Amino acid sequence: MGHNDHQDDFADAYGSIAADNDEHRWAFGSGFDDPLAGVDTSVQSGVDGTDLATYCLMLGDDALVLSHRLQEWVSWAPELEDEVAIANIGLDLLGQARLLLARAAKADGSDRGEDAYAYLRDPSEFRNVTLVELDNGDFAQSLARLLIFSTYRLALLDRLRTSRDPVLAAIAAKGVKEVTYHRDYAARWMLRLGDGTGESHSRADSGLTAVWPYVDELFAPHEVEVRLAAAGIGVDPSSLRAEFDSVVAEVLSAATLTEPARADAPSARGRNGEHIQALTTLLTEMQGLARSLPDATW
Amino acid sequence: MVTATAGPSASNAVTAGLGSLPDVRAVAETVTDPELPMLTLADLGVLRDVWVTHTGTVVVSITPTYSGCPAMDEMRADLRHALRAAGYQDVEVRTVLEPAWTTDWISTSGRAKLAKAGISPPHLAPVRSPGPIRLDLRDTVRVIRCPQCGSARTEEQSRFSSTACKSLWRCRSCLEPFEHIKEI
Repeated sequence: MGHNDHQDDFADAYGSIAADNDEHRWAFGSGFDDPLAGVDTSVQSGVDGTDLATYCLMLGDDALVLSHRLQEWVSWAPELEDEVAIANIGLDLLGQARLLLARAAKADGSDRGEDAYAYLRDPSEFRNVTLVELDNGDFAQSLARLLIFSTYRLALLDRLRTSRDPVLAAIAAKGVKEVTYHRDYAARWMLRLGDGTGESHSRADSGLTAVWPYVDELFAPHEVEVRLAAAGIGVDPSSLRAEFDSVVAEVLSAATLTEPARADAPSARGRNGEHIQALTTLLTEMQGLARSLPDATW
Repeated sequence: MVTATAGPSASNAVTAGLGSLPDVRAVAETVTDPELPMLTLADLGVLRDVWVTHTGTVVVSITPTYSGCPAMDEMRADLRHALRAAGYQDVEVRTVLEPAWTTDWISTSGRAKLAKAGISPPHLAPVRSPGPIRLDLRDTVRVIRCPQCGSARTEEQSRFSSTACKSLWRCRSCLEPFEHIKEI
């Protein structure tokens, strides 16, 4: 947006609005600032900035990609209330992603904007787990995925609150409050579906079975996670499995569902940048506008 | 380091206005929330601190309610505008992430303004018990009174409403829907 502070030409309505854009936004929500504006983002001594940036991308990409999948439900959810709920959950995750991508840019010294990470990276540069990039499937499958993801993420963020990196710790403390609501929302829906009609039970069971093969990957530690856990910055995901199993078992039991058998682990390792076709398709849609019109503002 | 502020009243560092300019905190406290315009940012507990550095820069710190709050940029712009209009040219707005915002920081007058606008104010935020965070699979029995008619015969329709910070309720006495600021 061009700034031209002293050119108040009211014959040019757009120009006069744009000229004062810093002070008076012409549309609510237009233009985004750095979400970490004013936060001290220096990297603690003894911490490898490249590792920290990679770790922030892992957690940030999980949130960004699932946020996009949730946004795909907007205008398709079974009830208006769920449409609003799913959009809100997607917005929370997008907010977490923005903070984490911005933190990555400060940690690796590149200082690029969050948009450069979201819109200008190729699939192989994304570090999210496979679970979040899977197609939505039906409503039951999407809710089964949300239950698994939010149970994993809540356990993770809860431990990350004591990270030695004060920015990560603060992002986690905030995220815990949000993801607690996400997990309850998904869990209550699994109850309604599992303990509902024959049809809803069968859909919930199929949805859970479809996403279950991607559970093990969540808890398989990547070398960056191991190094940062040892440094008191990150969390070793294998340490989260017991809590995850216990929470999921409580939900499935109340929902009269059973845990699917362990399936063959898929070969893709999202934390290494190995992804399935679904992510490429998702990014083509998400990045299309930004890549074709790189200087666009709105 | 993230700037840490102990609590909503920990603003003793606020200085008086420069020369004949109005008190800097009083000016910042007039700025309202873009999504809940009946509340000021101070009422909401989003305005964390205001002070003037020895070189005359006004530093304002604000904290987001939720990570995805789309109004943060708007708040920054509104604060800069209000302070500049009052004569403070050099204004810096900082984001503070820690401690995380809680609905307990909404002021008493803020709660009264919410109720007057038909929005049910929050109860005290839940206290975290030790160990893993508990699932909440069933509706907790708690009384949320209808802000329209005062009835306690209300039911939750959805945990999520028009903004992330509100849940959607319905009064079974007057049959009106209303929003409740959910406790975090």
